[in-house]
Amino acid sequence: MDSIWLQLALAVTMGMMLFFLYPKAKQWMQNGPKAEQGDWMAAVIPLLAVFAFVLLLIMLV
Amino acid sequence: MNRFNQTIAQPVGNAVAVNKVIKNTYMLLSATLFFSAVMAMVSMAIAMPPMAYLISVIGAMLLGMFVLPRTANSSAGIGVIFLITGLLGFGLGAILTLYLQLPHGPQTIATALGGTGVIFLGLSGYALTSKRDFSFMGGFVFAGMLVMIVAIIANIFLQMPFLSLAISAGVMLLMSAYILFQTSQMVNGGETNYIFATYSLYMAIFNIFISLLQILGVFGGDD
Repeated sequence: MDSIWLQLALAVTMGMMLFFLYPKAKQWMQNGPKAEQGDWMAAVIPLLAVFAFVLLLIMLV
Repeated sequence: MNRFNQTIAQPVGNAVAVNKVIKNTYMLLSATLFFSAVMAMVSMAIAMPPMAYLISVIGAMLLGMFVLPRTANSSAGIGVIFLITGLLGFGLGAILTLYLQLPHGPQTIATALGGTGVIFLGLSGYALTSKRDFSFMGGFVFAGMLVMIVAIIANIFLQMPFLSLAISAGVMLLMSAYILFQTSQMVNGGETNYIFATYSLYMAIFNIFISLLQILGVFGGDD
C-alpha cells in the first residue's frame, strides 16, 4: 500500500527517536524517585479504569 | 526528582509559577487541538491519500526531535508547535477518510474521539485534583516507550496484525500513564516549560486517539 521508501523512512525516524529517548529513559530509570507505599496502587487504579472503559467502548461500537 | 523539592507549604511565587504553567499549557493545548481538527478537515476535504499520514508523522517527529528543543524557550516555539500539530492533524485527516469508507466508520471515529476526550479529561483531572506525585513512573514510562518503538519498527517490516493490535493496546496504556506522569510533573513543578508540556500532552492524546481508532476498528461492528 505505502511505498517501501516511506516505510524505510519511518523506520529510520523511529530509530532516531529511540536514540533521542534513550538518555532520558536511562536518567529516569537510574535517578528517578522510587515509588513509596501506595504510589503504584494510585496509578494502577486509573489505568485499570481506562482498560475497563476501552472494553465498554468496544462493546458499544 | 521534584519530589525531593516539595514542601508542605509551597512558596507563593512557586505556586503562582505552577498555576501559570498549567493555565498556559491547557490554553495552548486547546488551541493546538482545534488547529489540528481544522487541518484534519482540510485534509479530508481534499481527500489526501493514506501515505500523507506517514509523511506527516515523519515530518512531525523530525520537528519534535530537532526543531522544538531549540525553539521551546522562545516565542518561535509556539509557531513550531502549531506546525507540528497542524501536520499531524493533516495526516490524521487521511486516516479518517479511510475509516469513513468503512460500514461503521463514522460511529467508530465518533466513539474514538469521545473516548479519547473522556480518558484525557479523567486522567488529567485525577492527577490535578489528587496532586499526587507520579514522578516515580518516569522510568517505567520512558522504558515502555523504548520497548514500544522497537516493536513499532519491527512491525513496519513484519506487518503482523496481532502485533499491531498489541502495540495499539500497549501505546494506549502507556500514554495514559504518561498523562498522569506529565500532569503531575506540571503540578509539582517538574515541568516549567508550557510548550514542552503541551507537546507531551498533545502527543499522548494523538496516540491514544489513533490506538483507540485501530482497536475499535478491529473489534467493533461485528454484530
